[in-house]
Amino acid sequence: MEITPSENNSVMDEALRSELSKQGVFTTSLQELYNWGRKNSLWPLQFGLACCAIEMIAASMARFDISRFGAEVFRPSPRQADLMIVAGTVTKKMAPQVVRLYNQMPEPKYVIAMGACAISGGPFKQGYNVLKGIDRFLPVDVHIPGCPPRPEALLDALMALQKKIEQQSLTGVTRPRHLTEDARSEFPIPEFGEHDLVPSKNPELWFPPTPMKKP
Amino acid sequence: MIAPREEFKSWQSGVAGNGSGNGSGNGSSYGAVRSSEAKLVKKTDDSLGGDLLEVAMGPHHPSTHGVFRMDVVLDGETVVKLKPVFGYLHRNHEKIGETNSYLAAIPYTDRLDYICSMTNNWAYVHTVEKLTGLQPPERAEYIRVIVAELTRLVNHTCLIGFLVQDMGALGTPLMYAFRERENIIDLFESLSGSRMMFNYMRFGGLRCDLPPGWIEQAKRVVANYSRFLDDYEALLSGNEILLARSQGVGVLKKDLAISAGVTGPMLRASGVNYDLRKVDQYGIYNRFQFRIPLGEHGDVFDRYMIRVLEMREAVKILDQALAQIPEGPINDPKAKLRGLRPKPGEVYGRIESPKGELGFYLITDGSPNPYRFRIRPPSLINLTILEDMCLGQSVADAVIILGSVDIVLGEVDR
Repeated sequence: MEITPSENNSVMDEALRSELSKQGVFTTSLQELYNWGRKNSLWPLQFGLACCAIEMIAASMARFDISRFGAEVFRPSPRQADLMIVAGTVTKKMAPQVVRLYNQMPEPKYVIAMGACAISGGPFKQGYNVLKGIDRFLPVDVHIPGCPPRPEALLDALMALQKKIEQQSLTGVTRPRHLTEDARSEFPIPEFGEHDLVPSKNPELWFPPTPMKKP
Repeated sequence: MIAPREEFKSWQSGVAGNGSGNGSGNGSSYGAVRSSEAKLVKKTDDSLGGDLLEVAMGPHHPSTHGVFRMDVVLDGETVVKLKPVFGYLHRNHEKIGETNSYLAAIPYTDRLDYICSMTNNWAYVHTVEKLTGLQPPERAEYIRVIVAELTRLVNHTCLIGFLVQDMGALGTPLMYAFRERENIIDLFESLSGSRMMFNYMRFGGLRCDLPPGWIEQAKRVVANYSRFLDDYEALLSGNEILLARSQGVGVLKKDLAISAGVTGPMLRASGVNYDLRKVDQYGIYNRFQFRIPLGEHGDVFDRYMIRVLEMREAVKILDQALAQIPEGPINDPKAKLRGLRPKPGEVYGRIESPKGELGFYLITDGSPNPYRFRIRPPSLINLTILEDMCLGQSVADAVIILGSVDIVLGEVDR
């Protein structure tokens, strides 16, 4: 039997499932169970770059309490982490190390770009040493705007990521990268060149919007 | 041997007086000879012919408080050479300051030392006020002192949380610190609309007045804060692990501290009575009664203790300022924000930020933006003597010595 991903990503009839659950019979599929486990234990990399890192720490403290979402286990080693929160300005000197850390993380792995600097360079975009967005080198799953974003915004991004994980199917063409055999999970590390990073972007990942032409 | 130092007893809650206010800060007379003073650099060559090990700690390392690299050379566990490597967060503050107008540089100062945005703002507007001769009104001066001392509380309490975390107390002290920080951040947020990047001060005044009920809320926060400090000290100051890890570790001698240009709590922990709030008496600091705590040994424990005592003095200043704050305008009537074109000249303005002397040096050429925009960051200059403090210590001690320097990489690399 071939499993085809449906609209709500469930192979079971919703009405039947609802009826069964009223009778006290809970049904699930392997895919749902797998994604449920993954989305509730996202271990972030303990990795602060700049100002946003303070808000990331604040999000893990008592008031905001990121452990409600299963993401409180900040791992110092990339080998144990599932999620990289790029919290702050990525400079050109730091960008190779950020990409290297990402490459060292095991699949499945996700990236949250936290704050204006990680998205686009933010207020320092005109600076000569600031990378204009980490999505030039890494596949970013969720962007959080703000300078810095509030801890609630980080929690919102985490929930958005959890929704994304929940909807990933195990098979079929829409299956995620880590279940695809020939997909790459490591990306080339740029070098700190004379004037700029070499290469200055990863053309596999970075698709800048084309400027509108005047008619 | 391990015991809390008696000399700080007279400063702590309940025993302390209201302060002499003469700035003498005559805190202590210890005279105890340190057992660990004699611990100097070990020999780098041992009879077994072991090699030295070079380790690059950082830029991604949980103990480096950001993106900072220490290239350490180790003989076993002992540090024999240490080279700090900066620049992983170089965000071109000075160049951006030179291309922007005077007003547009204020939001960038927020991002220098991102834990103490208010004092960064103050240092910059203080410099421009010195240049243009603007005089903030009475109420604005009081509000500046209040927010600066609240910032000092935030900085020191977070620093102690991180420092103790480096010593192995994972979580609890840092969680307490951030709980208190949230209370103060709430005050700042109702004042300026932002949790971290306040952008609050303006040349000759402030951006907006206090919201209604702010003073009462601030009084409640400050009153709770002294109780929190008592708890925090009961938790930490006599803790045997903290004493064992910090006493006699990372000693900074007085003459080296002076000649290296170290400022702030680092300098005062080495026993030099130098605080710009007393020396320059900028703003209205001459109206408040407070003392300058001084250490004698210059080790990590003294740096920890000086920060705790500074928080107690900051609470005293806050009590006085919140009681005395007058009504009135908050801006100099002559103040002009947009299109500010100071006459050609140069100026250096400095204040005592929680980390030390934060200075701005501006050269103006009559155009709307400064010709030279130089920042004198206390964190960077305090970090230059890191190797002198770490030599001969173990690599685990180097981590807490770095923690006790109190760096914020946004300010170090600028």
